[in-house]
Amino acid sequence: MQKFLSYRSTPAPVSSWRCVLFLGVLLFPALLFAQTYAADNPVPILTGNAGFFTNVQAGKTEIVSEINPVVLVPFGDRWLIEARGEFEGDFQRKDEGDGPYGGQVAKELDYLQADYIANPYVTVTVGRFLTPFGIYNERLYPIWIRDLQSTPLIFPIATGSSNGVMFRGGFPLNAKVNFNYATYFSVSSTNDTLDSDRTAGGRAGLFFPGPRIEVGASWQKLLQEERTNAFGFHFAWQPTPLPLNLRSEYARSDLGSGYWIEAAYRLSQVPAWNKFMRRTEVVGRVQQLFAGHIDEDDAEEYGLPDVNTQEADFGLNYYLRDGLKATASYGRQFSSDGNFNLWNVGIAYRFALPLGRMGSQ
Amino acid sequence: MTIRLQIIATLWIAALISAAAAAVPPRNSNSAAAPPAVSKVQDADTMRLDGEKRFRANCGRCHAAPHKFPPRMMATIVRHMRVRATITDEDMRFVLYYMTQ
Repeated sequence: MQKFLSYRSTPAPVSSWRCVLFLGVLLFPALLFAQTYAADNPVPILTGNAGFFTNVQAGKTEIVSEINPVVLVPFGDRWLIEARGEFEGDFQRKDEGDGPYGGQVAKELDYLQADYIANPYVTVTVGRFLTPFGIYNERLYPIWIRDLQSTPLIFPIATGSSNGVMFRGGFPLNAKVNFNYATYFSVSSTNDTLDSDRTAGGRAGLFFPGPRIEVGASWQKLLQEERTNAFGFHFAWQPTPLPLNLRSEYARSDLGSGYWIEAAYRLSQVPAWNKFMRRTEVVGRVQQLFAGHIDEDDAEEYGLPDVNTQEADFGLNYYLRDGLKATASYGRQFSSDGNFNLWNVGIAYRFALPLGRMGSQ
Repeated sequence: MTIRLQIIATLWIAALISAAAAAVPPRNSNSAAAPPAVSKVQDADTMRLDGEKRFRANCGRCHAAPHKFPPRMMATIVRHMRVRATITDEDMRFVLYYMTQ
């Protein structure tokens, strides 16, 4: 899917069994030794989210249904095996809008990784993992979390999934500041399921728990073909006295650059109809993308606009109950290719089920 | 091909080292649900309040507050989020304490 494409080039083809073998080789010792100290406290979980949405873009209606199962298998006190799949069906009317809805179901393996919490400062991850660039890909992407269902214009820049090894962690620098980081190396794979580029990169951030401010920067080096660099910055702020969430990202690469700024405000402080208002959230986002060195075909493959583009979105979320929200949004995109409206309405649900006995509590 | 083999060998060694390290029992083999060390000087209410504060500061950065799951599920979820959101070890333990009360 286009949203999981970052830099694409033409590395040497790697057959699927080699990729699976490679991941197996990496994960095998983790699984083997992890069994040594299997604790009985955490239980394996099947979680994830499902959603059903209707999108109207420039007058064309698209029905999207998706389910993203996540499996979490803890071992002992320090290990976690985690995986997320993505099954998304995009259905549009055929025969130039007069026929029945039809389309394909796309399948993705977003991550399949073994995490070893070595100490309070370092967690080692091997396998296939979400590329740590900015905050959207790793933290805001799940449909039950994101405030607007459309991903930002700059999202395809340097994100997606990587295959390799990653070191990451977070620890307090002092009582007022926490430091977090992630650094990784990824190998190239052209396998459909384990698609990735040969890259190295990282992200570092500072979190101030008092004012609830986070700032950080990301960097990625493509280690094949053009060997280009990408970098980005992110900022997030939750003012303590307000149910407000402000987030922003900037990214720059050879393919383009841009930013998005998003604000989500929960109406819990509105004195009237409190039962209704506290479940309601209004969202606004503005974003801009400056096209880089990219032709029309590549732009379509990467999911990036090939002309300078601006977009403004306004959305409304209603949390029916924990993990279940109804969502609606309107946006308008401006570019030299033409301006058009974007409508979205749908529902997203997060589920979580134990895969083992819960025991006495 | 040689470079690829070197990379695989390097990653393999890294995986082995990390796995071998897992075979060494931690000095304080606190289970994930164990209260933080500071519990000796803090009463349960203070810890719960601190846990809630850390929960809102860390987890609330990305998503709305979920309901509380059973403790064994919560231990897994918090471990997952520790890795995903690079939450500090101390924050994770306070959040877990709060979410399992």
